[in-house]
Amino acid sequence: MERHFDASLRELKEQLLGMAGYVERAIDNAVHGLQGRNPAKIRSVYEIERTVNREQVTVDESCVRLLALQQPMAVDLRLIVAIIKINTDLERMGDQAVNIANNSERYLALEPLKPLVDLPLMFDEVKGMVRDAINSFVRRDEALAREVLRRDDAVDELKRRIFTDVLAAMKGDPGRIDAGICLILIARNLERIGDHATNIAEDVVFAVSGEDIRHARREAP
Amino acid sequence: MTTTSPFLLETRGLSAWFGNAQAVKPTTLGCAANTVTAIIGPSGCGKSTFLRCLNRLHEEVPGARAQGEVFLENGPVYGPGVDPVAVRRKIGMVFQKPNPFPALSILENTVVGLRLAGVRRKNVLRELAERSLRLAALWDEVKDKLDQPGMSLSGGQQQRLCIARALAVEPRVLLMDEPTSALDPVSTARIEELVTELKKEVTVVIVTHNMQQAARISDRTAFFLLGEVVEFGETSRLFTNPVDPRTERYITGRFG
Amino acid sequence: MSRRYFGDYVFRSYGWRHLQSRVMIGLLAAACGLVLLPLFSILGYVVWQGLPALEPAFFTQLPGSVGEAGGGMANAIVGTLTLVGLALLLGLPWGIALGIYLSEYGRGRFASVVRFSVDMLSSVPSIIIGLFVYAWVVIPMKRFSAVSGGVALALLMLPTVARSTEELLKLVPGHVREAGLALGLPRWKVILRIVVRGSLGAIATGVALALARVAGETAPLLFTAFGNRYWNQGLDQPIASLPVQIFNYAISPYEEWHRQAWGGSLVLIALVLGLNISMRAALRRKGKTGDS
Repeated sequence: MERHFDASLRELKEQLLGMAGYVERAIDNAVHGLQGRNPAKIRSVYEIERTVNREQVTVDESCVRLLALQQPMAVDLRLIVAIIKINTDLERMGDQAVNIANNSERYLALEPLKPLVDLPLMFDEVKGMVRDAINSFVRRDEALAREVLRRDDAVDELKRRIFTDVLAAMKGDPGRIDAGICLILIARNLERIGDHATNIAEDVVFAVSGEDIRHARREAP
Repeated sequence: MTTTSPFLLETRGLSAWFGNAQAVKPTTLGCAANTVTAIIGPSGCGKSTFLRCLNRLHEEVPGARAQGEVFLENGPVYGPGVDPVAVRRKIGMVFQKPNPFPALSILENTVVGLRLAGVRRKNVLRELAERSLRLAALWDEVKDKLDQPGMSLSGGQQQRLCIARALAVEPRVLLMDEPTSALDPVSTARIEELVTELKKEVTVVIVTHNMQQAARISDRTAFFLLGEVVEFGETSRLFTNPVDPRTERYITGRFG
Repeated sequence: MSRRYFGDYVFRSYGWRHLQSRVMIGLLAAACGLVLLPLFSILGYVVWQGLPALEPAFFTQLPGSVGEAGGGMANAIVGTLTLVGLALLLGLPWGIALGIYLSEYGRGRFASVVRFSVDMLSSVPSIIIGLFVYAWVVIPMKRFSAVSGGVALALLMLPTVARSTEELLKLVPGHVREAGLALGLPRWKVILRIVVRGSLGAIATGVALALARVAGETAPLLFTAFGNRYWNQGLDQPIASLPVQIFNYAISPYEEWHRQAWGGSLVLIALVLGLNISMRAALRRKGKTGDS
């Protein structure tokens, strides 16, 4: 027997997945626009982000409505709480995509600093984390979610490398500080997106198992 | 002599029958002093029967019997030489339907337990009535009409009168059998509020059909199914992250 | 379109239902009238016939000599009150105790035997009760007496009192008893001080109805209380009663006695009705505190 509530929950999940799709596209377009030096693609990010903002409001409304009307318990309660948090993280990812787009536009207006090598690597890693975080939510796959958490370190490592390289290049030629800062900021934006992906993965673990792993993980050495 | 337990009220292997039909399978539960324990479960799961075993009211039903042990403050509730009447003075009860005694005034209803136990002094009775009615958060509403019949009150007030009546004999435990199922939401909210207040005075065990109610007012919750306790634990944990899949199915409404 | 059709249907059938309703209400009213007609014709006729006989002397004097005008039924009025009082004294505690037993402890074979016997007793014709009392009280005492009349009337009211008490106590919901037990009160206290006390008003109505019923009994008094043309000389002596007096006067050949029989009838009806109505009125006032 499918409860009416189950149908509402499915609808809500679909809403959230739609929103996640927009967010992924925004990140893709921002980074690909930078890589392909395509300003039109970069500018498309702003429109997508507005859609994400609208979706965020809709998802929140659905969650509040379900909480108020269905008073869910246990697994249902955890799912909705997780969705509310994931919703926020997705919206923040959208914001970061806009930041990347801004920084990319500025970067493209300047002399290129150096060939982009680590940044695409970092982008692939972050993109993979986002994808897996969302997949773990869709499939209620706790193992996959925990896998996402482990990959955060690789992203941090790539960011450190980019920072070192760019700083070295900037020290060599102070005229390129502007371009360097853009790349540093983009790397930092990507890292933030990765952090949001780990947040989502943590929420998935909570929704599936009821275990809150946030501080256990961060406080552990 | 029994071993000292951290619980004010405790059952060990308590089971109950109606004739040959077993209503409660051996159940071991403990309620710490000044806590609220909620018992939830589908209709006919034995939760009310279990509750009624705690003050030995179950055995008053023809053909009904109970087995196993119950301890109140480490003293036996069942056993040779234990007088059920004495047990019930220490373990009060509030029922599903408000049931003030007919033809008794509000005052008489409140102190009837003491009155019939031999307390005669008018001023003593009146003082105790005021105390109980205040505890039951009813005093302000009835203090000017104590001589009116208990039946003249509204349903919610009647139920609080019944709570005052149970409290007047100063029990250690208050059993509540779906005390708000016949009441409107406002009266229900007042009783829930009251239960939380009463924790300071008594230990409460409440059977409820309303899971939100159990979640709101109890410290620990027991989930009964088909006469046995499926899960018993901290209320906040049980309602967010139940261990047993049957509990999960029940509290998320996926049974049947 | 279907909406409209539905609307028309409802509208048309409404008129038909209305008519049906009116016809039925009319029939019910007629049935009510039919029931009330005998009551009011009896009342009216008795008042019309009896009122002229009710002079002050009727209430204060003993019956006059045979066939003479004057005299009254003072002894019979007092006699009926005495007999009813005796019946109450003898039958009430017994009947109520029986009712309490049947309601509160009445399970199992013995109780059903008791319940059945009580029902049997209530269907025994009153003249048989009279005969029984004659054999068991009058003969051993070797005389007709007020006491034997009281016993007969008590036996007559016993089943009514017992069964009505039982039924009324059964109306008190089980959880009220449980609430009493849950206060740590012994069962007998719960029954007497809470359950019975709560139903006292209703039980009194039942008793009043039983009393009204036996106050008009004639047959069992004929060979127990017997009747007496003078004041009763003691409870072990024959005593007059209104129904017997009415009976004797009505079958006599004297016009004056017929007149007085009608007067006695009016007084008897007034007594019974008065008892009934005053009891109900008293309960209506108390009733607000009773009845759940």
